[in-house]
Amino acid sequence: MKDLGSMLLHSGPFREIVMGNTALVRGMVEAGVEVVTSYPGSPTPEIASAIMSIPAEKRLFYFEYSVNEKVASEVALGASVNGRLSVVFFKSVGLNVAADSFVQFSLLDIKGGLVIVLGDDPGANSSQNEQDNRHLAKMAYTPILEPSDPSQVYTQFLEACRLSIELSMPVILRMTTHVCHAKTPVDFGSTTPLRKEHPSLFRPSGDEYIPLVSTLSAMKARALKKLALFAGRMEDSPHTFVSDNGNREKGIITCGLPFKSLEDVLENVTQKPDILCLAGPWPIPDKKILEFCRNHREVAVLEELDPVIEQEVKSLLFDAGLNLRIRGKEVLEYRIGEMVPSRVRSYLSRIWPDLGITVLETELSRDFKELPPRPPQMCPGCGHRSAFHAIKEALSEDDITVADIGCHTLGYLPPYQMGNILLSMGHSSGTGAGLSLFNPGRRVVSFLGDSTFFHAGLPGIINALYNRHNITLILMENGTTAMTGHQENPGTGKTVNGEGVRISIRKVLEGLGVPLILEVDTYQQKKLADAVKEAMDFEGFSVVIARHPCMLKFTRDNRRKGIKISSRAWIDPVKCSRIHDCVSVFACPSFILNPDDGTVTVNSELCIGDGSCLQTCPVKAIELKREESHE
Amino acid sequence: MNDLRLNIFLNGVGGQGIGLLSEILMRAYDRAGFYVMGVDTHGLAQRGGGVESHLRVGYTRGNPLVEPGLADLVLSLERTEALRALIRQLRSGGTMAYYDTLWQPLSDRLGETKPVTQDDIKKTARFRKVEILRVLDKNLPDVRMQNIALLGASFHAGLLPGMTMEALEGSLGDLMKDRVLDANLQVLRDT
Repeated sequence: MKDLGSMLLHSGPFREIVMGNTALVRGMVEAGVEVVTSYPGSPTPEIASAIMSIPAEKRLFYFEYSVNEKVASEVALGASVNGRLSVVFFKSVGLNVAADSFVQFSLLDIKGGLVIVLGDDPGANSSQNEQDNRHLAKMAYTPILEPSDPSQVYTQFLEACRLSIELSMPVILRMTTHVCHAKTPVDFGSTTPLRKEHPSLFRPSGDEYIPLVSTLSAMKARALKKLALFAGRMEDSPHTFVSDNGNREKGIITCGLPFKSLEDVLENVTQKPDILCLAGPWPIPDKKILEFCRNHREVAVLEELDPVIEQEVKSLLFDAGLNLRIRGKEVLEYRIGEMVPSRVRSYLSRIWPDLGITVLETELSRDFKELPPRPPQMCPGCGHRSAFHAIKEALSEDDITVADIGCHTLGYLPPYQMGNILLSMGHSSGTGAGLSLFNPGRRVVSFLGDSTFFHAGLPGIINALYNRHNITLILMENGTTAMTGHQENPGTGKTVNGEGVRISIRKVLEGLGVPLILEVDTYQQKKLADAVKEAMDFEGFSVVIARHPCMLKFTRDNRRKGIKISSRAWIDPVKCSRIHDCVSVFACPSFILNPDDGTVTVNSELCIGDGSCLQTCPVKAIELKREESHE
Repeated sequence: MNDLRLNIFLNGVGGQGIGLLSEILMRAYDRAGFYVMGVDTHGLAQRGGGVESHLRVGYTRGNPLVEPGLADLVLSLERTEALRALIRQLRSGGTMAYYDTLWQPLSDRLGETKPVTQDDIKKTARFRKVEILRVLDKNLPDVRMQNIALLGASFHAGLLPGMTMEALEGSLGDLMKDRVLDANLQVLRDT
């Protein structure tokens, strides 16, 4: 069996099939990165998995999961101004959390180098929006490199490190979802640390790290100068290149994964447009772009989301007095979603019908039936399912539920429909407080997960308490950061380096002086419903800790210990009166509804024998049955 | 065989081992001497959502995603998802192998839709001129080996052009060890 950890540490060159996220970690090892921080979020968690395939004591660099993206960025910044080459990585919307500090980075002299790896998510594959972080990068005067495949992730990460050290400025490596997760063979080089010595460099002689009115204009001027230097470097970057197809009519400027889609779409086109692929979307290499535009009668800009490159190109051409038609995001729909090959096909066939690109349509039989979608759902045995089932009992029709980010967000789906509004990590206490104002007769319940409690939940809680808001917060405590792949958090007390300090949510709430805190295991559905009723009747801010360990993690840990599932749910066909609460109200995915006779059975491939469903049957027809061992 | 170009689309339900199946197949094609690229579409850890993996063999350029309607081969681990892949991803005249287990989607369980039947798949396959292989092994030592059973059956039925048993076994050896490896090798060879 191949050992990823030892492979990543190998001193000489090697070739391996890896995903983009893993290729990045090899880049960290080769470049001699010293500090890496993160907060978990798709599409980036596999970066941490690759790091953690190296045992902590062999890791060559310090790694931590920080409590949120802002803290992670600050830890990385602190290390980098002291001369340590540092990396911080997180998902797209994580940059919003980090923004307050992030926007300051470019003002500072980042001696050690700092690369911000952004897992952006055009298409919102696993995010609450598909925000175009290139806007935020521009606002913060921070340049972006954007790879299109795992090999480029690796080489452009090294380029980002070198430029960041050379120019003492932060650099963003923007990796979109299907670049993070793409797998190809990658040829890696040898480990050649970019810094040979590691002195402690943070020795300010005055106020050079204090941005205030007296210092700011000089700092900003320096940031803008570095940006111009960076743009100059992009002219000669090996990742800025032209695919010359000898076409003097049409050219396409692109960057990142859309370049790969373009390769597919143009494969069978006889008169292929020339392509200028950029190393990154911003800042753009002016000379290369002008030269490319002068050589073509019409140029299209192919990019995902907003017309960022397009507007830069148009403004450049205007200043140069070049009158050229630039095709871009003139059709609104192409500002939405990923530029996968099928959409590039549709886009190009629309703006340039003469290329002869056809839009593929799958032929369907006339009697083809529409298949139901299959969104993610709570796992069999999930404590959140029991919680929602019980909480629904405690609520009146008119009450308001506020969702938050975590597996429990899925409560909004039928049949539970719990959690009717969602903004961001930790928003639920604040939004809930607002909903409770001038809303007599309608009670407000907000949900919050345990990792999110620490991440961004606390200010909203303190605000609700301090300002005497009348809401009930239900802490969905499953003892892990489940949705992103079971990372540890302050509530578990474990870190990626071993034992940390466990922070008890209950003690924090007690310390704050929350007047009513009730705590129930969610499998005790009746007791939980009563607790929620009591909390909602309480005038003021109250908390119910609805606790049950993540059962996906629990079953997996058990399996590793050799403990097998010994019993599964079974429905007594005699007792069952086809009420269907199990399948359509409690709705564990392990139940199978037989459409012919309305009987319900249990899918033994799915049931984990947790028994949380037993109490949901009005006629007590569900039992746990011991299973014959397969051995 | 050197000019082989094959688009493979794999799908199933989260928790069935699509990612591992795809990784095994990808490494096996690499061992068999082909350039490979692929991508899994996954994001969240929960079970029960649809999961897809894309694998392109012999393509040295392009996006790792297989375009809808351009898959030459579909490997599916669940009946509903098999039909979905057959309709959306497979090209007419392509090939599909699926493991015939059924994990009812929510709307089936709520009685809003009817579960997909074997007949639904047969009818659509006939219309699309697709060759199908249905795999089911009630004696599997562990349901988590359905992915390997599907892989083994597809190989033995000749659905994996350019592939060798040696490459498949080597790939399994890259990713598993000891008793798990032995058990999976046995399923691979015998299914």
